[in-house]
Amino acid sequence: MAFRCELRFAGVGGQGNILAGAIIAETAIIYEHRFATQVPTYTSQVRGGPTKADVIISDQSIEFPEATHLDFMLALDQRTYDMYKGDLKNHAVVLVDDNLVRVSAQERETWDIYGFPMIRTAKYDVGNVLTANILAVGMTVELTKVVDKEHVRKILHTRIRPALLEVNMKAFDLGLRAARSLQLQKVQQHAGTTTLLGHLVPAQDSSFVRDSAPPR
Amino acid sequence: MADVQIMNGNQLIAEAALLAGCRFYAGYPITPSSEIPELLARRMPEVGGIFMQLEDEIASIVAAAAASYAGYKSMTASSGPGISLKQEGLGMACMMELPLVIVDVMRGGPSTGLPTRASQSDYMQARWGTHGDHMIIAVAPGTLLECYTETIRAFNMAERYRTPVLILSDATLAHLSSGVTLPPPDTLEIVDRRQPAVEPENYRPYEISATNPVPPLPNRENFPRYRFHMTGLNKDATGFPTENATTVLADENRMINKIMDASADIESFEHYQLEDAQVAVIAYGSNANAARVAIKEARAQGLKVGMFRPITVWPFPFQQVMELGRKFKHIIVSEMNLGQMIHEVQRALQGRSELHSVLQAAGTPIRPQQILQKIREVSA
Repeated sequence: MAFRCELRFAGVGGQGNILAGAIIAETAIIYEHRFATQVPTYTSQVRGGPTKADVIISDQSIEFPEATHLDFMLALDQRTYDMYKGDLKNHAVVLVDDNLVRVSAQERETWDIYGFPMIRTAKYDVGNVLTANILAVGMTVELTKVVDKEHVRKILHTRIRPALLEVNMKAFDLGLRAARSLQLQKVQQHAGTTTLLGHLVPAQDSSFVRDSAPPR
Repeated sequence: MADVQIMNGNQLIAEAALLAGCRFYAGYPITPSSEIPELLARRMPEVGGIFMQLEDEIASIVAAAAASYAGYKSMTASSGPGISLKQEGLGMACMMELPLVIVDVMRGGPSTGLPTRASQSDYMQARWGTHGDHMIIAVAPGTLLECYTETIRAFNMAERYRTPVLILSDATLAHLSSGVTLPPPDTLEIVDRRQPAVEPENYRPYEISATNPVPPLPNRENFPRYRFHMTGLNKDATGFPTENATTVLADENRMINKIMDASADIESFEHYQLEDAQVAVIAYGSNANAARVAIKEARAQGLKVGMFRPITVWPFPFQQVMELGRKFKHIIVSEMNLGQMIHEVQRALQGRSELHSVLQAAGTPIRPQQILQKIREVSA
């Protein structure tokens, strides 16, 4: 079976969604020797307009670069989420900033939805709100396993200015851990073993959002 | 994939221009073409060329034309509304017979329209945007690699035929990033304008030989020695104005025929799975990729479909489409506008085939599913 994964990074202009998509696509091309395309669309507003980057990764050449059957979508904004969710396949993985995006009960049935306050966490726990997109990249990589996280680290080194590298690496690692916690939480929920979980962060692992030490 | 580079369509056009020998760029930035000047502003000085941002589109095409007059391989880039402004300078370059490459990264319109969205609505503007009888060459790359190779071909044709050449790209291709393996430079043909065989005092800028309707034009090295006049007025062999009816008519015809008679060299197209097809799709540019996916899907469902994809879109491949009309009962034209190339197709088919269309000018690319649906309807 041929490998093909369609991902969409959606939000508003200025959040870094296009860069997030580019990092994933470049990782796939350079370090995993797959075919990948990244095509952004945005409005004529410099900041604040609905923006998305479609990334397709495949082991065969990609002819039409707009995603039409999404396996994954990141949404950092309600309007953009509503605008672009129509291309999601059933059971697709959806990652939203749950401070900003509300999803319906029916959508939770249809898609595998993860919510995390990415922008707030980038601002208060990483210390730079502009790293929210890299935190999201970390979560995307952990949730989808579409590219190897160590390969992403290498791309981050080439893509991010040295002065901002450390804080972005922190965001990336925090994203990986946050996603692992959310996955664990889902497993526990399905097993019916937990009740009264905190705000989408399982009590067992809630320390990570305040923990600046490198993971593991 | 050791030598794979990650670039978008605009960056590939800019790099190809440098490889083709372009050493002068003048422009005024406009979405979705702005990555072209962005890259050239940095790269042009590195190769000893000149980059100019001017006050508007008109000034920039005139500057680019003037640089070509002075022997430089020259380029300007813009998008729909900017190309509208450039039409005056484009006509002047046609009349002066100046080699010039004009990139039009098409977006929605008319007017400011949809600045960031993909479109193919400049197809007719490329041909008839400037006034007066004239011929134009326009190429529409369909892939990232073609953004590179067709730009080189555009420069070669501009130099060989002393004419402006348009590159019709679109927002999807312009902003699509992917891994591209570029052909080694030594495998690519680079054409330079033919040099005068006569001494400067005997040179006349529009004097042709019996065998070549394209007069020679001094390059950068020779330009300082050759003094000659050019004008937007109809001219004779000296480059000075004339209203002599015989001279004007002969010159107008020569300017058109120097391109039309070279169609074997200028024409470029792709036949995709047409051999055993019963339905033919005609599509160009990035939209042809949607058609290709639709055709694969249709074939998986047992429908025999193929595609004719013009790469040189002007002059229109009239003969090629006429032959499709002899072979196919049904032809589907798909383009990201409300119907432009389809008029040329209709003219070439002369009623032989039943003509169908998948047209869209909504800012969003046409999806493979839309073309597939039309294929199914037509095949039923």
